Amino acid sequence: MSPNLPKKITFTYSLELIGAYFLAAFWILPLIYAFWAAFHTGEYATRFDIFAPLTLANFREALDQAPFLQYAINTFSVIAFLLPLQLLVSTLAAYAFARFSFVGSNVAFSLVLVQLMITPEILIVQNYGTLAKIGMIDTIAGIGLPYIASAFCIFLLRQTFKSIPKELEDAAQLEGCSLMGILWRVYVPLAMPTYIAFSLVSVSHHWNNFLWPLIVTNSVETRPLTVGLGVFGAPESGVDWSIVSAATLMSVAPLLIAFLLFQRQFVQSFMQAGIK
Amino acid sequence: MDNVMLTINQKRNLQGWALFAPAAFLLIAFTHYPTVATFFKSLFSNNSIIRPSRFTGFESYQNLLNDPIFWKVFTNNMWLALGTIPTSIGLAIVMALIVNKAIPGRSFLRIAYFTPTMLPMIAVANIWLFFYAPGIGLLDQIAEIFGIESHNWLGSTSTVLPAIMVMTVWKEAGFFMIFYLAGLQTISPELGEAAELEGSSRWNYFWRVQFPLLLPTTLFVLINAFLNSFKLVDHLFVLTKGGPDNASNLILYYIYETAFSFLDISYASALTVFLLFLLAITALAQFYFVDKRVHYR
Repeated sequence: MSPNLPKKITFTYSLELIGAYFLAAFWILPLIYAFWAAFHTGEYATRFDIFAPLTLANFREALDQAPFLQYAINTFSVIAFLLPLQLLVSTLAAYAFARFSFVGSNVAFSLVLVQLMITPEILIVQNYGTLAKIGMIDTIAGIGLPYIASAFCIFLLRQTFKSIPKELEDAAQLEGCSLMGILWRVYVPLAMPTYIAFSLVSVSHHWNNFLWPLIVTNSVETRPLTVGLGVFGAPESGVDWSIVSAATLMSVAPLLIAFLLFQRQFVQSFMQAGIK
Repeated sequence: MDNVMLTINQKRNLQGWALFAPAAFLLIAFTHYPTVATFFKSLFSNNSIIRPSRFTGFESYQNLLNDPIFWKVFTNNMWLALGTIPTSIGLAIVMALIVNKAIPGRSFLRIAYFTPTMLPMIAVANIWLFFYAPGIGLLDQIAEIFGIESHNWLGSTSTVLPAIMVMTVWKEAGFFMIFYLAGLQTISPELGEAAELEGSSRWNYFWRVQFPLLLPTTLFVLINAFLNSFKLVDHLFVLTKGGPDNASNLILYYIYETAFSFLDISYASALTVFLLFLLAITALAQFYFVDKRVHYR
């Protein structure tokens, strides 16, 4: 729609505005509710009173009952371990696919793309067996391992590298740049937007990932936030709403705050990653 | 001269493979090998101390076809896809059209629609669990105002799946909006201006111009949403554990239960092969129907 279409405020235009805000309100209502419950005592969790006293007791209680700080450190460790390796391994592979038409590269690339469809969570049974065999159950590295080679990242970087003029590489070669030198000095800097886009998508994905970490972790020292929260919030554990809400907010806060601060970059990254 | 060319080629080949090797090793270890191994495991009985594993052929698949729970979780998956994907796509288009316009509070609206995408499914389930709680939950409190009786939304076989569908639509619509936003931005603004000059109504412009031009986006989202619907099971761990009576159970959750609760690796492998088969068909459909028309690759 052309941005300058509604020049005058018509009846339908205001109706549309109301609709848009109503939808937005409905969309953030669940989060608002979580905030309400987390900052009020249990008795107000189910009834609304604008003058209800605010409290931080639920957060204290949640922290007493489960080591959310440790969980946060674990989640952070998984990402700190995984993301650099994802970028490194994918950069090398993407460079190979973009600029080296090596024997079997087409078949190899199709085999890479298989992972877009068969993501590691589908193969939990067998991958658990593999991890048990190499003794990496209940380790931070074990949570990240199946995700290091990312077809999605290889694909995105290959597209980007292909769009970089070959002449730049030739020039660098004439200057006596080595293979790795060319990759590092020519391709990587020019692909920065793709690196940022993939990183934001990957961080969001792994901050929120649950099933695989649930299966491979069984101790406080490795359990990421999502798994900790899953264990904590299970209905049979009998904790009350306000405390669960506080725990939920603490778990999502770092990513949510990052998103709110850099929402333009996040949305653009998801967009860029999506249309490639 | 010929010789030199050959060695350069060989060198490029070697370099190419060397660069690809780390990724290849990891992909084989965690995608290709497990895919093949899962198939083989499904052909053998479980290995235990008293009874070692033996070849059983397609017995697991026979069991699968005779397993009412398997059919239940499969139909649940299909209903979930049918119940959530068209609605999410419809809402995503509406959201994208809203956010794509210069209207007051545009970035607030965009944040509001997109925020659920940033939340882990576990957290979403924690919050929505409360909405659906019988008696004290938000939904029941609203129902009470209208004099509707209290209802255990997640505890009854007839409402549990629809309840989960509503939550899933809420979670996914904002994510799909992103693809439509990207799609809308490729439509030339001149088309809108031309339509305006022609006196074409907005409704007309949407159906005659925007919607057809967004068709590749819709197909892409449709297929990926379908693939995704098989992977999304995290919320079951908090909300229902697949219950009551498997009314909300899904294939991947059933695989998890079979492997890690019932410790039946052979059957879990057969279920996984079935899921892989479903995904492969979908991907082939994407290849034949979508990729011919969409150039997202």
